[in-house]
Order: sequence, then C-alpha cells, then structure tokens
Amino acid sequence: PLWCDKVLLRASRRVEIAYFSHSQITRLYSRFHSLDKGENGALSREDFQRIPELAINPLGDRIINAFFPEGEDQVNFRGFMRTLAHFRPVEDNEKSKGHDASEPLNSRNNKLLFAFRLYDLDRDDKISRDELLQVLRMMVGVNISDEQLGSIADRTIQEADTNGDMSISFSEFIKVLEKVDVEQKMSIRFLH
Amino acid sequence: MMEGAWDLLLLSVKVWFSIIGGLIVLPAMCGVSLGVTGLYIKILVKILEWATLRIQRGQKDQPTLQLQPSSGIIQKDDGSMEEEIGKLRRSWPKSLAGGDFTLCDAFYFCKKGIESIVDDQVTQRFTSEELVSWNLLTRTNNNFHYISVRVTIIWGLGVAIRYCVLAPLRITLAFIGLSWLVIGTTLVGLLPNSRAKSWLSDRVHLTCYRICARALSATIHYHNKENQPRKGGICVANHTSPIDIVILANDGCYAMIGQVHGGLMGVLQRSMQRSCPHIWFERSEMKDRHAVARRLRDHIADKNKLPVLIFPEGTCINNTSVMMFKKGSFEVGGTIYPVAIKYDPQFGDAFWNSAKYNMVSYLLRMMTSWAIVCNVWYLPPMTRQEGEDAVHFANRVKSAIAHQGGLVDLSWDGGLKREKVKEMYKEEQQKMYSNMIACSEDNLSSQTSRAPPPHGPVQPVQPPSAHDTVIKGSVRFIHSYTFDEDVKP
Repeated sequence: PLWCDKVLLRASRRVEIAYFSHSQITRLYSRFHSLDKGENGALSREDFQRIPELAINPLGDRIINAFFPEGEDQVNFRGFMRTLAHFRPVEDNEKSKGHDASEPLNSRNNKLLFAFRLYDLDRDDKISRDELLQVLRMMVGVNISDEQLGSIADRTIQEADTNGDMSISFSEFIKVLEKVDVEQKMSIRFLH
Repeated sequence: MMEGAWDLLLLSVKVWFSIIGGLIVLPAMCGVSLGVTGLYIKILVKILEWATLRIQRGQKDQPTLQLQPSSGIIQKDDGSMEEEIGKLRRSWPKSLAGGDFTLCDAFYFCKKGIESIVDDQVTQRFTSEELVSWNLLTRTNNNFHYISVRVTIIWGLGVAIRYCVLAPLRITLAFIGLSWLVIGTTLVGLLPNSRAKSWLSDRVHLTCYRICARALSATIHYHNKENQPRKGGICVANHTSPIDIVILANDGCYAMIGQVHGGLMGVLQRSMQRSCPHIWFERSEMKDRHAVARRLRDHIADKNKLPVLIFPEGTCINNTSVMMFKKGSFEVGGTIYPVAIKYDPQFGDAFWNSAKYNMVSYLLRMMTSWAIVCNVWYLPPMTRQEGEDAVHFANRVKSAIAHQGGLVDLSWDGGLKREKVKEMYKEEQQKMYSNMIACSEDNLSSQTSRAPPPHGPVQPVQPPSAHDTVIKGSVRFIHSYTFDEDVKP
C-alpha cells in the first residue's frame, strides 16, 4: 500500500531526496503511482505515453527517453525523481547540493546537458548534422521540405561549430547558449 | 427449538419490512420527507467538522503536507507557443528577422513535456478527486495517517454503522425500488394509450426513482426549476456515474436512450419500454450514425414524448471538469436543456471508475458511503443559432454547464480514458512551430538564392476541427451502459 512505500522512502538517504521537500516527494510519489498502471513499482514508456499532453508534444519521445538509462525499459521512483531533479530551480541554499563534491543535478550545466542529450540521439557527446535533422523533423512534422530543413541544420551548425568538425560538441553548445536564461526556462516550480 | 428460531426469523423479517415500508417507501412514493435524512446529514457534517479540526491539530505537530489539489501542483506558464519561444530567443546573440530555428527552442518543448509528466489536465479526471480533508472513509484515505484514538474510534463506529446498518437497509430499498419499477411499468403497459396511461407511467417512474434515491441516502438540491426540461426537447448533462439518472429522474420524467442489454438491465429496459417510449438500440444499429440521428429526431418531433436524457461526454468523468461534448446530439435540432450536476465529495465519492470497479461493486461502494449529496442546476434552454455549427454549439453548452457547476471546462475528449490521443493534435503543434521557423526562410532563401522557394504547406493554422474525426463510424455520442464497453482494458 501507498503508505508502506513512503515509510521505506523516508528511511533511505538517497541523493535525489535532497532536491525535494517531504511534501513534494509525497506528491511526486502519488503521481508516479497513478501513472504506474501495471502497479509493479516501475514505469514503462507506454505509461508515459498515456499522458495526452505529452503524447502531442513533438519532442515527447525524446523527453520520455531521458528517463530511461541506457538499454533499460523500466524506471523506478528513484530514477523518476532523479530525472525530475534536473528541473529544480537553482537556489542559493545548500539544499540542492549533492552528497559528494560533484555538481548538483539542477545546475545550469546539468540543465544544458539534459537539453543537449535531447538532440544527441546516439549519446556520443556530439550533435551531428543527421541527428539535428532528425530532431528538427520531429519538431516540424511534414510542414517543411527536406531542403529547407537541411539549410536550417547547416546554418545552425555553422553558427555553433568552432573547431570545424561539422558537429556540435557540448562545450560548443554551452558557448552558443551562454546568454539564454537556462535557469528560468528549464525549471519547474512547485506551488508548495 | 428450531421452530422457535424460525418463527423469530420470520417475525424479524416482517418487522424489518414493515418499518421500511411505513417509514421510508410510502413517504418516498408520495414525495414527502420525514426529515430523517436531513437530520442525519446535519449530524454527519458536525462529526466531519470535528474530525477535520482534530486532524489539522494533529498535523500541526508534524510537518506534513497541506493538501490543496484544486490549484495544481506546479506553476505553469500560460503563454502561447509563440510567446514562450519568443521569450527564450530574446537573449539570443544575433537578431532574427521574425522566425528561424534556434537550439534553445527545444527548451520550450522540454519544459512543457516535463510539466505534463508532473501534473497534467487530463489523466487526473479519470480517477476520484482527492479530498482536502479526510471524511472518515477508508477508501479516501490517501495521505492521512493515524491521528488520535478518538478519530479512530469514530472511524470504527462509522464502519460499523455503514456496513451493518445502512448498507442492508439501502440494499433492501434498492431491491424494492427496482421490483416496483418492473411490476408497475408492466401493469401500466397493459393499459391502452391515453393521457391516463402517461400520467400513471410518470407516477410509477417517479416513485421508483424516489425509492432508489432513498436507497443511496441522496440529498439533492434542485435549482432554477423553472428551466426544467420540457417534452420534445433534449436534456443534456455532465456525466459522473450511472447514479446521475436517478438524481435527475427524481424530479422529472425523461426518455432514456441507449443500447439494448441482456440480463437485469434488459428486463428493466423492456418493462420501461412498455409504459412509455424510450429509445433503445440494437448493437448493430448503433454503428449507423444516420439511423440513430433519425430516431432521435423522430422522438423529439413528437411533442407528447418525454424529453430525451443524453450525456454527451460519452463516459464518466470525476466531477471536477467537463470534457468534450460529442456533437451528435447537437446536430438534430430541437431545444437543448442543459443541466449541471455537482456532487459534494465530502459525503461519498460518486465517480464510477469503470477501469477499477464493475457496476455491482460500484453500487455497493455507493451504498456504504455516508450519503450522496448533490446540487442540480437547470439552465435556460439553448438552441443552435443561425450559421452556428454543431461543434461550436456543443462547446457553448459545455461552457455554460461548466460555469454553473464550478467545473473546469476542457476540450479534451473523455474517450482518452481508454484510447490514445489522435496524431492530429501533435500535427497541429508541429504546424504551429513550423510557422514560427518557416517565415524567415523566405527572406533567407531570397538572399542566398540557394534553396528553391519553400513549398511546404505554410498555411495559417486551421481552428481545430478535431471533433469531426472523433466520431468516425461508430456512434459514441449516446452514452449507454454497455457492460462490454466499460470493461477493463
């Protein structure tokens, strides 16, 4: 039952819990539980696709993919929270620090990395022209021709690429987005 | 010894039935209330208020959550796609001549996607509403922990009363009510068609539904009775559960519309048909939209026939919102009488979650709740205006009902309970985004003269005519209690 799992949750001392308050974790757990139609403590891709607003999102599949580690088909609550932790607002207090000295999940860099991985389909830490084309195609559907899309991709890579390898690395990605307010735009604020 | 026990049993059964008959059934049939239910509700309200205060006091000692489900979990931006992406691009290094793609565009879709994962407008409508404070029913206990001995004792007493006293009483009443419906309508059906027959048929139906309402300890407040649906019209209401029919038919007589069933439902349907005309369809007829529309039209053309009761959402929604109205009932012409029904969740959760419970367990849950308390508002009649299409009319009626009942007005289809969302909506989003990045391509290609002139469909975004394709071959605008439809996926 729901309350049993919460007792277990309180007992664990995982990193993800540092990012959310107690009430937020309870809320997220309710949500996780309501999405988990199979009631097996883990979400599959189909569980996410059942959310209509996500199913009509052009990048819906890429976002869903971000929840699943390499090669896996199920995400448990810990993984669910871990991915959502990237979207915590960046605050000055210590709550969002990780247990070790590494960067917190919701830092500006990690938010940019999340977005980078939306484009980087094969996870080779480079956005190639092909990958950019594929993601663009997801976003525009059938409404733009191949040639046009190709020229958009070329121009984008031209702008960002500094070392001439015709692809965008993560540091080039960071550089070209340095003026964008990532902290605001990639954050979700809870009401309580 | 055995005979003594047998006599005792018979005697207690006789006493039981005469109490029920005298104190409940007879007054119900006359539409008179002895005030017992009213008193019961008052006592219940006092107890629940006390319990709420106790729980709140208990919660102050622990840092537990304050539940405010109605306002949502997260802050959401209300801007359109253009506004939000525009804001993202404002800090982009070079100026863009209206449009063009930037890498930060993905942030918009990403944030929207994550927001919908945490809290979305649609999936929450297919499960029971969360209560702000616990109402001492185990089934609504999501986040409330053990508070005090006294609350637990009251809860225990509540269980005993609900299951051992109220439930048997209510089940007996329901049994009496339904048997009376079958017997009464069959008897009335023997009479030749006349005004007396219609009058008697109305009496039988009303008395039966009143008994059934007592079987649920239903307290119903009707508002604006001057707008009550009249003969030859169509009554349209938001749908929460099968009990809606009992609630509405308690105050007026309606013609039902739906699919022919077997079993107990079939018996009820056939006997109801004997005393006054309803519209029952065979399964095969349901697929033919035009046949259905024709029968509906014929029925409302006859001004002697009762108003037809239709639930255009096509499925049960949890009474926090009104979802898309299927346009079928709004196409046939005639006067629409909108009705808004709002249940008070404090006394019992009326929503039928057909994926979780079948009809019988649902009815048992109803009969072991505290009570059913609801408000019914009759809204002024509406007709289709000149040049207005059925979809627009349906939305107008839906907004009126949502506004009156204090419900959220959604355009999403209630069918999303079981089906996937149509690809078309995603294509709309893609088209909107394409418009944003395509318009400057014209400027760019004329400058560089590299790419051929754009030939992608860069049209203005059409207003969503999504509703047309929702009803393709099968007729879903009529909600019927087909046990096969509302089966676990």
